[in-house]
Amino acid sequence: MSRLIDEKDIENIALGAAILGTGGGGDPHIGKLMAQQAIKEYGPVTLLEPNEVPDDALVVPVAMMGAPTVFIEKIPNGDETTKSLRRLEKYMGKKVYAVMPMECGGLNSTIPFVVAAQTGLPIVDADGMGRAFPELQMETFNVYDVSGTPMVVSDEKDNFVVIETQDNDMMEYLARGITIRMGGVGYIAHYTMTGKKMKSASIGYTTTLSMELGSILRSKDDNYVSPLDKMKKVLSTSDYGEPIGLFEAKIVDVDRSTEQGFAKGTVKLEGINDYTEKTYVVEFQNENLIAFEDDRPIVTVPDLITFLDLETFKPLTTESLRYGYRVLCLAIPTPSIMRTEKALKVWGPKYFGYDLPFVPVEERVMTND
Amino acid sequence: MTKIHYKVGVDVGGTNTDTVILDQNNNTIIAVKSPTTEDVQTGILNSLTKAIETSNIDKKLISFVSLGTTHATNAIIQRKGLSKTAVVRISLPAGKGVPPMSEWEDDLIKSIDAKVYMVHGGFEFDGKPLYLEDLDREECAKVLEEIKTQNFESLAVSSIFSPAKNDHEVKFAQHAKEILGDDFPVTLSSEIGSLGLLERENSAILNASVVGVARKAVQGLITSLEKMNVTSKIFFAQNDGTLMSVEQAINYPILTIGSGPTNSIRGAAYLSDEDNCIVADIGGTSTDVGILVNSFPRQSALAVEVGGVLTNFRMPDLISIGLGGGSIVKMDEDDNIQIGPESVGYQLKEKALAFGGDTLTVTDIALAAGIAQIDDEDCDVERLSNLDTDLIKEAISKIERIVLDACDKIKTSPDPLPIILVGGGNIVVPASEVLLKPENSGCANAIGAAIADASGEIDQLWSLDNKTRDEAIEEAKSVAMERAIEMGADSSDTKIVDIEAVPLSYLPGNVLRVQAKAAGSLKL
Repeated sequence: MSRLIDEKDIENIALGAAILGTGGGGDPHIGKLMAQQAIKEYGPVTLLEPNEVPDDALVVPVAMMGAPTVFIEKIPNGDETTKSLRRLEKYMGKKVYAVMPMECGGLNSTIPFVVAAQTGLPIVDADGMGRAFPELQMETFNVYDVSGTPMVVSDEKDNFVVIETQDNDMMEYLARGITIRMGGVGYIAHYTMTGKKMKSASIGYTTTLSMELGSILRSKDDNYVSPLDKMKKVLSTSDYGEPIGLFEAKIVDVDRSTEQGFAKGTVKLEGINDYTEKTYVVEFQNENLIAFEDDRPIVTVPDLITFLDLETFKPLTTESLRYGYRVLCLAIPTPSIMRTEKALKVWGPKYFGYDLPFVPVEERVMTND
Repeated sequence: MTKIHYKVGVDVGGTNTDTVILDQNNNTIIAVKSPTTEDVQTGILNSLTKAIETSNIDKKLISFVSLGTTHATNAIIQRKGLSKTAVVRISLPAGKGVPPMSEWEDDLIKSIDAKVYMVHGGFEFDGKPLYLEDLDREECAKVLEEIKTQNFESLAVSSIFSPAKNDHEVKFAQHAKEILGDDFPVTLSSEIGSLGLLERENSAILNASVVGVARKAVQGLITSLEKMNVTSKIFFAQNDGTLMSVEQAINYPILTIGSGPTNSIRGAAYLSDEDNCIVADIGGTSTDVGILVNSFPRQSALAVEVGGVLTNFRMPDLISIGLGGGSIVKMDEDDNIQIGPESVGYQLKEKALAFGGDTLTVTDIALAAGIAQIDDEDCDVERLSNLDTDLIKEAISKIERIVLDACDKIKTSPDPLPIILVGGGNIVVPASEVLLKPENSGCANAIGAAIADASGEIDQLWSLDNKTRDEAIEEAKSVAMERAIEMGADSSDTKIVDIEAVPLSYLPGNVLRVQAKAAGSLKL
């Protein structure tokens, strides 16, 4: 059943998406304000279940791309992404039936709600990553043969670029370059697909899931049930696996470097509470990618690795990690659509430069016990 | 030999206004306390008079008086005497998505009677203009004429990427002077905050709203000091542990509102002769933990809430924990000792067991363990003789654990650092090899004000198309040095105290964000 998303729901979506965002995607603050502002102005947004979208309807994912550091300074007008969508419609000569997010986490969980509120279009409860990733070809849409072009990139000055490429790697390459020339941030609409394709090439119910996870973190209830148990309950009915509380630890070192737009880093941790005398290492490149326990890999990308503040259970971005934080490290098995051989070529450990095979986290943890 | 001269530091706290007088070698000549008054000013003058009269120093030998005041803080918290403020955002054709003050509470907006204007201008991260190289003079004049007719009292101006390039803010201020007069207060966001338009703009608006209060307070203080025949230079302590001139204190009072904790941290470190250390200021209900890096409190990297508004100006990075002298000690369901966060607070002398009350507090534990002594006729340690010795031992180790954990959290590396305990509540924690209690720690805050330096800062994005990373860092350093010297630092003694260079994520270009800070002692 479709439902209406109001300003309060956006608060939960932004927070919950940060759990699925595995530490990446930038600060969701301004995206959240923009979505709330748009809903205040134009009214609530209709969230459609994937199966409510007709097979022949046109669905278009929308997002912002570029540097969150620029975004917090050069605040957009709010209608850039909508204009990209309209320009794409004009270029294709087709009307859009619904929009959808491209990823979970950071800004891009809320930007599509700005577009939906402004256009009155519904938004599909699904996306193409089920987490956050740094590049545009890292989409289930790409893996399952949706063309990333035609694509429209726009800026706040009404400049538009239409991109048509031979493949989606070239699309990412060109769009990234244009984004730099546009001042570091671009607003995009692309990966146009039919309702039928969307149902087979996306991860369903991620907005609802974000909303439920966010509501767990924000609720203060008297019957004390640990947030982890509540998360387990919510995730058990989703396409993701049951979340695993990997370890509780203290961060003892964060080593950062930046290469080619990736904020790379290594987090070293020492186990605390039930995990004393164990050491852990988590490697990130904008998002958390691989977790090691005593030098043995225990979680590999694309499975989700998320740090939660041990006291508040708030998800921590990779930018905010620092010495002394006490964290709960959570692993969430990704939906099977993200673990196929085809998918792992696009975002498996090897793509990020690790000479490791992908092994589902639930299997690694099982062999551990 | 250096000529004899005196430095005077004054710090206004919630209960007391402290004054210290140091000689040219930073030896404490005298430290006095006097009750803080509602108008702040009377308390400052009382405390200052007491210090000067008791020490009997020659007023002519005072080289400077450094004041840490709470005028601006009080005005914002109480929402009293705030100026009617016009808000100008220079951002078009961008920036309409989240208008100024979007997250402010309605009653705060009402109390400053704010109105928002948006004009064309601002820059990209690499310094290219967003609209035109220059502001549109007519567009600005139209806005300013309207501001004039609506009887605004203050003006806050922000523009996109102004921390990197503030030309448009400065130009707008010039137009404002032409139309509104030389005396009209104008706050520029680039003078206050770093990257992050919303938080920097919030900071500028808050500042603009307290300029009126600050002007009156500063002028009042100067007149009173003149009446006392104190004719030395006057400075104001700011949030980052450095001093600002009278003129700056009038124009940018917001930069003084975190000076209290900063003065404490710096003073404590000075008393212990440490440049790198952790300071825990233990009060009645809570403890503030800060860290000193190369003599300066580390600044918060996150947005700090002031009066319910997110801001990003320089504030000390503090961790607050619910441990103080009045924290309540009890057993939880599993028979584990629980300390705080509930506290009897200022009612310690009525509620604590040692004072004949019925509540077991952290102070009782410290008294029973023989760590603390309280010289008060109502305090009787005999009342604690029934306490279980194991409980006392366990509670003490738990208190220590809480302090050590908070101190560990604020560190950025595992290297050991000395921990200095100050504040009235520091009697509840046993001193040890790692936990130090300096003498005279009661006036650490005023000493912090007296020993403050002058500083300069920069936070900018650098395009590395025509320049190497090292060149960008060197440029940033020299700008920070120049700015510190401009602020009154002695050039022979000024050095870089903080430098950070981080490339932008999700942008495989060549853009580097460099933050640098320089500081040096005041040139007298």
